[in-house]
Amino acid sequence: MVEGIAEHEVTAKKVHHEELGWWRKYIFSVDHKVIGIQYGITALAFLLTGFTLMALMRWSLAYPDEPGPWWIFISGFTIMGIVVFLIGGIKRPYISLGGFIFIGIAGLVWYFTTQDSMLPVGTMLPEFYNSLGAMHGTIMVFLGIVPLAVGAFGNYVLPLQIGAPDMSFPRLNMASYWIFLVGGVLMLTSFFLPGGAAQSGWTSYPPLSVIQPGQTMWLIAMIFVITSSLLGAINFIVTTVQLRAKGMTWMRLPFFVWTQFITAFLLLLAFPALEVGAIFQLLDRVLGTSFYMSSGMVIGGEVVEIAGGGSALLWQHLFWFLAHPEVYVLILPAIGIVAEIITNNTRKPLWGYKAMVYSLIFIGFMSFTVYAHHMFITGMGSKVATWFMTTTMIISIPSIIFLAVMVFTLWGGSIRFSVPMLFALAWIPMFGIGGLTGLPLGLAPPDIHLHDTYYVIGHFHYVVAPGSIIALFAGIYYWFPKMTGKKLNDMLGKVHFWGTLIGMNLVFGPMLIQGMAGVSRRLYDGGLQYDHAQPVLFLNEWMSWGAWIIGIFQVAFIINIFLTLKKGEKVSDNVWEATTLEWSAAPSPPIAHGNFSTVPEVHRSAYEYNVPVNGRIEEFAPQNQPEEPVEAEE
Amino acid sequence: MEIPYTVDIREDTGLTSPKLGIWLFLASEVMLFGALFSSYILLRVGSTAWPVQSEEVNVLIGTVNTMVLIASSVTMVMAWASLKMNNFENFRVYLASTIFLALVFLIIKVFWEYIPKLQHGHDPSTNNFYALYFTMTGLHALHILGGIIVNAYFLIPGAKMWKSNPEQFTNRIEIAGLYWHFVDLVWIFLFPTIYLL
Repeated sequence: MVEGIAEHEVTAKKVHHEELGWWRKYIFSVDHKVIGIQYGITALAFLLTGFTLMALMRWSLAYPDEPGPWWIFISGFTIMGIVVFLIGGIKRPYISLGGFIFIGIAGLVWYFTTQDSMLPVGTMLPEFYNSLGAMHGTIMVFLGIVPLAVGAFGNYVLPLQIGAPDMSFPRLNMASYWIFLVGGVLMLTSFFLPGGAAQSGWTSYPPLSVIQPGQTMWLIAMIFVITSSLLGAINFIVTTVQLRAKGMTWMRLPFFVWTQFITAFLLLLAFPALEVGAIFQLLDRVLGTSFYMSSGMVIGGEVVEIAGGGSALLWQHLFWFLAHPEVYVLILPAIGIVAEIITNNTRKPLWGYKAMVYSLIFIGFMSFTVYAHHMFITGMGSKVATWFMTTTMIISIPSIIFLAVMVFTLWGGSIRFSVPMLFALAWIPMFGIGGLTGLPLGLAPPDIHLHDTYYVIGHFHYVVAPGSIIALFAGIYYWFPKMTGKKLNDMLGKVHFWGTLIGMNLVFGPMLIQGMAGVSRRLYDGGLQYDHAQPVLFLNEWMSWGAWIIGIFQVAFIINIFLTLKKGEKVSDNVWEATTLEWSAAPSPPIAHGNFSTVPEVHRSAYEYNVPVNGRIEEFAPQNQPEEPVEAEE
Repeated sequence: MEIPYTVDIREDTGLTSPKLGIWLFLASEVMLFGALFSSYILLRVGSTAWPVQSEEVNVLIGTVNTMVLIASSVTMVMAWASLKMNNFENFRVYLASTIFLALVFLIIKVFWEYIPKLQHGHDPSTNNFYALYFTMTGLHALHILGGIIVNAYFLIPGAKMWKSNPEQFTNRIEIAGLYWHFVDLVWIFLFPTIYLL
């Protein structure tokens, strides 16, 4: 196999006579693999930032109005940075530079402690708690999970899986990354502006969001992020339609490609609504229009001098028209990753591939018809509510099909408990909890009780944290050998897996209990001031320790990545013995600018594990393995 | 490395990639303007008082501008047709006319509509009609501006491609044309909504 790699390198050099400069090769690259990795690194940095904001919030929730041990955060991140510098040294700048991410986050927390409006004398101000909450949500959703699931995995894996040399529009691809980065940096900058960061939650409901400081930068940053997603979505769809290799019919596409394809449609068609909403809100703030402001509004005892006549509900319509499909943007790529890993590690074809594909198309379409179930308590009227309850119940059917298919695929398989498989297996019950806890929220009567409580937080965190993020971790462990040629350490991976899984349940499980007791989701003291919250108040401490435990176990993940980059041994091109093209037809890592040494041709469906091929049962038959003429029986 | 199907048509889909790309982009634009029009409806039906629109805006100027934009659509399609007929000189004349008409549209818009309205104290904060008027026509004007920039690029620096790769250049003009017709089409909806209804 080592010889094989050497051979590919030779071919790569032959193909490329002109050597690209360092900047064009690593920074302003148009190669989808480099862009994918750029997206991945940026998104992971944002995920860690978003997580840190939440870890700070959890202090205020567990020990309200007490001075916090912020120095632990600062020194912890500084030590991590130094460790990464030491692992990399001068010889390996691609590792050492990673240290700046940790130093940067340490700096951010240190900056918070120096500001009178944030953590004066060590205690957290309620306004700053609101800022952290808004930024945690925004960063996690728009700058963390979506760029990692779509920008990183989609960019890196999709062209490889369909046998394409690159994305259809490589320069547009580069533009989407850089626009996204500008949006992300602007979003973080808002902490340093007078008035601080946005304080109105990631949902930014007016009129509060129109009158609170900090929101303007949020809106400008969001317009960048939205534009980037739109450009990316066009690229994904065109690539999937146009650049499939010869023989790669629609029903032979790996399921991951299907999820990215449908996700791109959701991004393409849902994001413009939020773009309009953001423009309106920006104009309300900057030009004094009244799109969202009703007549005769009184703020702080004074009548606001505006024309009025607007509707705060208009924002909710525009926002949720995006944000409900967005939920599927968060989860569909995760389902794709899990499907890949589960079939690969059970050594069986994906049970019910076609049912999965049709469910996926159906869920994509239906996701545009359910958004008002976020607005049951706005007084929309019971007839409208009935419609949205019905569509919401219908959309849960394809989700159940996904889960059922995964379980049936496990049935009778000889399961390999590799690290990505552990994450994928954990995803099944975790996403199950996330989905089932959503049903009461989709029905108006229980939603009236549960709305805006911690139950909602618990529900959607079960979907996106042990749901999406666990699947994304699985994807990182699964495709890391493809990206670098080196496999992540199993032991550290298992430590990371168990710590994360247990920690996540410790955080999000109690939230469901608190929510049913009626604790509101937006209290900086975790409900201390309310009588009805007293019996469940002790859970705040549990949850906070759960969150910090998750943080500590991520150290295993981070060290694993950097140590593997430094010391990991080269593994074979197809280390998981997978059937899809990125493993069977391309070297690890694939050839720069072109991916494959020979253009692959596809002869079979995506997951032919232990099925009769050419008259005999093969352990696995890659998609590009040609048919042989059937030999006569002996 | 060449990306396939940038110029050639893929047999089983019947498309070149850029053409599919622009149609998808236009689909997302439909959603953008769709959201704007929906917001207009929601705010208008929910309002207690809405001005008589034709008394607030200048219908004559709006009509003139509609004519100007439709004319620019004609010259745009003629520019593409000229390339198809291998007549580069005509192409330059038609594309230049398209840009000229677009500039006329913007100049009329700014000097005969926006500036007089602002001088009379009618700005976006006056009421929600003016807010929507400025936002919707303003976003449309930004799209016109974008079209002018793209067309100007193809008129002067981008036209070099005609020598090296005439087929791809013709495709590019077709795609610029698709965008341009879409921007026109948006105006065809904006004009009655804002000026007449």
